[in-house]
Amino acid sequence: MLRITAIAMPEILERHILSHNPLHASAPVHDPDFVERGRLHTEEMVLNMGPQHPSTHGVLRLEVVLDGELVVDVIPHIGYLHRCFEKHAEQLTYPQIIPYVDRMDYIAAMSGEHGYVTAVERMMNIEVPEKVEFIRVLFAELQRIASHLIAIGTFGMDSGAFTPFLYCFRDRETILEMFEKTSGARFLYNYMWVGGLSHDLHADVLPMCREFLKTSRATHKEINDLLTFNHIFRQRTAGIGVLDAEVAINGGASGPMLRACGVKWDVRKNDPYSIYDRFDFEVAVGSDKLATLGDSFNRNWVRMVEWEQSLNIIEQILEQYPMNDLTDVQSAIPKRLKPPEGEIFSRTETPRGELGYYIVSKGDVKPWRVKVRSPAFSNLSLLPLISRGYLIADLIVILGSIDIVLGEVDR
Amino acid sequence: MIPSDIVAAIHSSFGEGIGTWHKSNSENAYQRRMGSYLEVADSSTIRDLAFFLRDERALFFDSLLLISSVDNGNGTLSVIYHLESTKHGHQLTLKATMPAENAHLPSVTDIWLHANWQEREAWDMMGIRFDGHPDHRRILLDDDYPGFPLRKDFKEPDFYHGMKVPY
Repeated sequence: MLRITAIAMPEILERHILSHNPLHASAPVHDPDFVERGRLHTEEMVLNMGPQHPSTHGVLRLEVVLDGELVVDVIPHIGYLHRCFEKHAEQLTYPQIIPYVDRMDYIAAMSGEHGYVTAVERMMNIEVPEKVEFIRVLFAELQRIASHLIAIGTFGMDSGAFTPFLYCFRDRETILEMFEKTSGARFLYNYMWVGGLSHDLHADVLPMCREFLKTSRATHKEINDLLTFNHIFRQRTAGIGVLDAEVAINGGASGPMLRACGVKWDVRKNDPYSIYDRFDFEVAVGSDKLATLGDSFNRNWVRMVEWEQSLNIIEQILEQYPMNDLTDVQSAIPKRLKPPEGEIFSRTETPRGELGYYIVSKGDVKPWRVKVRSPAFSNLSLLPLISRGYLIADLIVILGSIDIVLGEVDR
Repeated sequence: MIPSDIVAAIHSSFGEGIGTWHKSNSENAYQRRMGSYLEVADSSTIRDLAFFLRDERALFFDSLLLISSVDNGNGTLSVIYHLESTKHGHQLTLKATMPAENAHLPSVTDIWLHANWQEREAWDMMGIRFDGHPDHRRILLDDDYPGFPLRKDFKEPDFYHGMKVPY
């Protein structure tokens, strides 16, 4: 915080002029006008960052009020990628909504689908075959790694490290290849259907997963050496954008942003869905041994640990996967998808946090109302709170550490 | 705490008249838990209720999960508050219903920070005014956008800023 007093020039300048500066030695000290004239004239500047700016991770405009290089206030302007998901959902049948769900969080489309189909299955009380649940959890965890790889890579880029980004993308490519072999798409899958899946697991995927476990553990160590414990990176991120745990809970933060504050909260553990209760994994939380709790470094650290934990879950899936189970993955898909009248709030843990669906059904083939609790939206709303008082270069780091996807913020 | 105990605690503090408990009779256990709600009789009491739910030690609803708004299609709008206690691990859903004309509710932004953007979105999409909100602007749509698109009677304007819709 020393930098703040050093940049607060007027006070220093004033004292300097009155006591030491020979140029002003003759000026009368008691003249109030002189002090006024001698003061360095500064005023706040408003700077628009975005909507087209690589560090805003999409189309986000930040109206930044600056005092020199210090951030006085940030006003996020969102909605540039608003595609009326909720209005569309009211005009579509339940299965037709799934491709639209993909386009919300396009970095982690599998996780979004998983949340949506879980919600509708709960409304219709559908029991999904065990094999389908295994494939879903496997893909959701692979998607978590893929999404965290982007988050870690771009976060490195935001803080000045380019190389880790390329290593992250190399690993992510393997995951996308597995998805492509199984579902036919690389980004927007329409893979998880209500009650089942669109295709059975491709024969190559499980051997590829075994190979991936080895390479990904090596990459994890590599990224830790290159980025996480890099001195420059730690200097750049530790103690920046500190969020208090109580404020985080009150402000609706979730996912790595909440866990970085030291709050052990994960929907996979606290409100289990699918078959997550069968697997043994740790909830990653921030650590005050490495940096301040709740700062940008810890948000990245939580993602690094989650990556490792996801690999552990995948390892357990590979051990337990029912190899001889020949169940058709579409066997439990209902012929007519018509949830009974009622409402539900169902949530799952995506790479960005708690993704919730509030669905109201009036017993029709189309939902009456679908409202999405988007984790990126809630996390972004805390940006002004945690970036006031830091430098504008730190604002980029803070924004990168939140890991927003604008498709999900704007819906 | 199980939901019926939470409702009993609310009723013992505010009286039975505060609202009625609508229990979901779904076959699914999750939906019975997350699909039941307390319908608040008078929507202006929502602030008192919110303060009570957050500060009462046995309830301690420290997290507001979501504020949703629904057009019921019969001239009324509903605002739904999904609350959760991270300490006790229980959830509660509140529902406040009001006429669509001049719909307004007291804001809970000073109780849960998360309500800030959620209420702005409810105003933007459903046209519900939140009295006492510190930053009452639209959030996703343009400031001069005509109407509230998620209302069931919303008609897309033929022209927007002199441009034909759909262009």
